Amino acid sequence: MTSARANSETLSALDRPNSYIGKTVPRPNLDRLMQGRGLYVSDIELPRMAHVVFLRSPHAHAKINGIEASTAKQMPGVIAVVSGRELSTVITPWVGVLSHLKGLKSAPQSAIAVDRVCWQGEAVAAVVASSRAQAEDAAELVSIEYEELDAVTDMRTALDPATAVIHASLGDNLAFERNHDAGAVDQAFAESDEVVEADFVFGRHTGVTLEPRAVVADWNAAEARLTIYQGTQAPHMVQNIAALHLGLKESQVRVVCKDVGGSFGIKVHIYADEMATYALSKLLRRPVKFVADRVESFNTDIHARDHRCKGKIGVNRDGTITAFEIDDLTGIGPYSMYPRTSAIEANQVVNLVGGPYATRNYRARARVVFQNKNVMCQYRAVGHPIACSVTEGLVDLAAMKIGMDPIEIRRRNLISDNAYPCASPSGLRFEQLSHHAALAKLIGMMDYDALRAEQVALRTRNIHRGIGIASFIEVTNPSAAFYGVGGAKISSQDGVAVRLDAQGSVICQTSITEQGQGSESLTAQIVGSVLGVSMDRVRVILGDTDNTPYGGGTWASRGAGIGGEAALQATKVLRKNILDVAAAILQAAPGELDIVNNAVVNAVDSTPRIELSELARIVYFRPDTLPPGIQAELMATRHFVPREYPFAFTNGVQASWLEVDIDTGFIKLLKHWVVEDCGTIINPQLVDEQIRGGVVQGLGAALFEKCVYDERGQLTNANMADYLVPMSGEMPDIDVGHVVSPTMESELGAKGAGEAGTAGAAAAVTNAVNDALRPFGTIITEIPLTPQVVLTALGRI
Amino acid sequence: MPIVWAGEVTPKMKASAFAYARATSVANALELLTAHGEKAKVLSGGQSLLPAMNLRLIAPELVVDISELAELRGVVVKGGVLTIGALTRHVDLLKSPEIAAHAPLLRDAVTHVAHPAIRNRGTIGGSLAQADPASELPACMLTLGATIVVCGPSGERRIAANQFFAGIYETALTPQELLVAVELPVIPKSSTHFFHEFARRHGDYAIVGLAAQALVKDGQFADLRLGFFAVGDRPLLAKSAGKLVDVAVTPAVLAEASSALNDELDPLEDQQATPTMRRHLAKVLLTRCVSSLLARPDLCTGASA
Ligand SMILES: Cc1cc2nc3c(=O)[nH]c(=O)nc-3n(C[C@H](O)[C@H](O)[C@H](O)COP(=O)(O)OP(=O)(O)OC[C@H]3O[C@@H](n4cnc5c(N)ncnc54)[C@H](O)[C@@H]3O)c2cc1C
Repeated sequence: MTSARANSETLSALDRPNSYIGKTVPRPNLDRLMQGRGLYVSDIELPRMAHVVFLRSPHAHAKINGIEASTAKQMPGVIAVVSGRELSTVITPWVGVLSHLKGLKSAPQSAIAVDRVCWQGEAVAAVVASSRAQAEDAAELVSIEYEELDAVTDMRTALDPATAVIHASLGDNLAFERNHDAGAVDQAFAESDEVVEADFVFGRHTGVTLEPRAVVADWNAAEARLTIYQGTQAPHMVQNIAALHLGLKESQVRVVCKDVGGSFGIKVHIYADEMATYALSKLLRRPVKFVADRVESFNTDIHARDHRCKGKIGVNRDGTITAFEIDDLTGIGPYSMYPRTSAIEANQVVNLVGGPYATRNYRARARVVFQNKNVMCQYRAVGHPIACSVTEGLVDLAAMKIGMDPIEIRRRNLISDNAYPCASPSGLRFEQLSHHAALAKLIGMMDYDALRAEQVALRTRNIHRGIGIASFIEVTNPSAAFYGVGGAKISSQDGVAVRLDAQGSVICQTSITEQGQGSESLTAQIVGSVLGVSMDRVRVILGDTDNTPYGGGTWASRGAGIGGEAALQATKVLRKNILDVAAAILQAAPGELDIVNNAVVNAVDSTPRIELSELARIVYFRPDTLPPGIQAELMATRHFVPREYPFAFTNGVQASWLEVDIDTGFIKLLKHWVVEDCGTIINPQLVDEQIRGGVVQGLGAALFEKCVYDERGQLTNANMADYLVPMSGEMPDIDVGHVVSPTMESELGAKGAGEAGTAGAAAAVTNAVNDALRPFGTIITEIPLTPQVVLTALGRI
Repeated sequence: MPIVWAGEVTPKMKASAFAYARATSVANALELLTAHGEKAKVLSGGQSLLPAMNLRLIAPELVVDISELAELRGVVVKGGVLTIGALTRHVDLLKSPEIAAHAPLLRDAVTHVAHPAIRNRGTIGGSLAQADPASELPACMLTLGATIVVCGPSGERRIAANQFFAGIYETALTPQELLVAVELPVIPKSSTHFFHEFARRHGDYAIVGLAAQALVKDGQFADLRLGFFAVGDRPLLAKSAGKLVDVAVTPAVLAEASSALNDELDPLEDQQATPTMRRHLAKVLLTRCVSSLLARPDLCTGASA
């Protein structure tokens, strides 16, 4: 590891002996999950629990003329068949807008469609029965009469006057537009030696979590309380929204989130069918379970990307990049998602393009349009893969144009490592990035010159390999600037409570959540290290609005940086409180004592003084023996939110080495490298696996994943045979390296690492494919890079 | 082959109610099939049947489970004939020394069928009865000149492989019949083979595939059988192979065979490829196959159909 900047002057709470920080330690929840003792929503069975199956529209856009359910209602086990209108007596509609995204508009959306459906897959009625199979049997007997309406499917023509307007009340199909102009773009292009343009096309894709979305909602009329068991990334957000639309107080809603089988941003939103499930429980006064099946997941889990972006770059012969310009268009389905909205991705694209580079000239336009397709919203690395692919694709095209090596052009244009703090032309503030250190490290890891020589040698044997480089920045640790300022009740702060139990073990309640990334582990590592107890003595409780402090949860690469700092600060207080009591018991000064290996010791020579278990015994059972006036506080709570910077930006660079079979169009990924800088690394293995997992998701987008819609708005590949997720057999080895520039905003110094892999992987692959195809004079700027796309570009078919 | 969704998106993950019978013998199975006809479905490995039932694409009233019938499992070589029982699993083909010795093409083919978990249950009988046009084993049966042995109410029928496959998921089997075994002539010692398919990911059904068996003498083909799959509604034993037999294969000869092959193909469109792309890939496969079997790398260089 290269340390770009040393942390602080003195030893911090993290550098104590036996610290777990920076160590690969096994995750405390592993055994439980490996032994099948996880508790996913699908595992939950409650007395009198009913199952709901949603009838979903087969049409992209249609009027609902009638729902005939009398036969279905007679079927064995059927409890109710409920329409959107009937459900609207218990739940109100919503509009997915935020005030800081100026001009963003959307129409009211209902839990179940009323009168009209706006995408194939929108729920039209709910069949509730005693078992899932009975609900499916009855669903087959409900007949719904539709009258098809014109479907808006092509984002390119969505704004044409001739195209139908999906929501008449909105006037047009434009949901959001943002324009940005910085520096002197026209002049820069006019004065550039070369100007290169390209159109970039990104396939719509989705998250494909192993565990589908699932909810058990349990309305307890006697308590007037709703308990929601749900695999969500943001329990307090769910609590707020459910209460708001069911006419309850937040105190009447408890959200419990046990184990979650993958989320990737898919489970950070509020979906109409989830709202319907809460409402059905209230309506029917019994627990109701909803588990999406796979086809349903493809049709209703948010989709993402689906951008068409025109890009332009100016460059001088000495390699200086003079300006970037983009015009981005994206289609988001018929509604802006709730409550985070569907304008964030396009907004991020505008924010991030050109971000790693020094040029001050940047102009951007982004337009977000409505369509009759499934809703789109934030998915891992929101906007980053688009921005990175456009930026890095343009940089490579510029390099090609002036005959410069792709590494060299980056060396000449990446913001210098000494230039911080500084801001990007789109106004993003950077505290400390390390582009050059990262690039230097990457070149060493991949042995760039040797690869180039190998590439040349293989060309003579008709083997076409390519190298692709992609530098990137990543938004992590968001402050209230992300959602709070726009009026969304999505907390940007997180809280942690730690307490010593009566045998000297520690119970830690945190508001961040765990979906497999290791939140539980990193929290225990921090608490154990700061307090001086072994990790096996730390139990972490997460995912329960009744039993954790209030906070945002885990998304936007914020768990470690924000929740981790809250854990650190809370534990420091607990440590001080323990040492105060110990000092009283031992008749010493607190400053002379320390806690090491579960015991209070002398700070100077580590002589054991009193075990924590003994201290706890005295505090809890013999407080009468403590000196007068001493009231021990063996529980401490702290909250944290970054205040100086709206986001803690991280940076990194990726490289791909691959081979293109020019006869078949197949691409074989040979190797992938990532160097990234997430500041303090709490658990190297967790960070590396986050990076690798993220890369794999980016490689999926690059080569495989795409939701294919036909011109009538039908999703034609909504199954695991036709929608190709990346699988291990096709994945290359992924080498991960780090540069460490801790953030000074927190004592912990950690920034996020959850999305860096996804941000740059597709860009690296696309650049590598174009590098491999150089002798054939063709450039591809569309993903996924399927054999069909490659063969077409090569003119073979 | 991908499942075709006609707008249908209402959730289906539990099969419709059905009755279940575990057959105690082939005779018992045949009785049940005779009694219930089209309303019954045979269950072997369940790797194609059960997903289709859970998705409610089919809803049999009775499932006749034959998977316990030991008499239908195993590989035997006798008198120049290799007999493979219908319940022989994909994994058994992969591990069987008899298959390795007498039909190594099958062993190579099976490595491309799905993933280990599916190969542990899926059977050769189920695969042939399923008759997925993108499936590996049906094409191998054509290449190897197999005879499909079938039992029905009126006794045994022996059907040549090239008469067995009748279309997408369609075969010469009637609902009352059970596929019990396949018989393959033991290949001559000097015979060689080539198996390759283009699939987007390991274990996926092929976009285009080729199972070839050949006799090469003095640098020429004395015999060449080319079983293509995923190039039409059923596997294809290419007649154009004839153009490569008993001649010195030059780029021109190969090009002629390739163009003849093009005329024989009738590829379908699906999510992974257009018919044009399938034709192109089939020709690439032909070139690579010939080049590999004749050990002539020169035929491949620059020769991309
Ligand atoms: C994820 C996945 C990937 C797959 N990939 C591939 C692949 O790449 N290539 C490939 O070839 N296959 C693939 N398969 C299918 C697999 O090979 C199946 O095993 C095979 O198609 C069917 O065999 P089975 O024994 O499971 O048959 P079953 O599912 O039990 O039955 C299939 C059909 O055949 C009928 N049937 C079964 N046995 C008999 C019999 N003895 N007589 C008459 N009718 C019978 C059944 O009634 C049913 O209609 C895949 C399956 C899955 C789930």
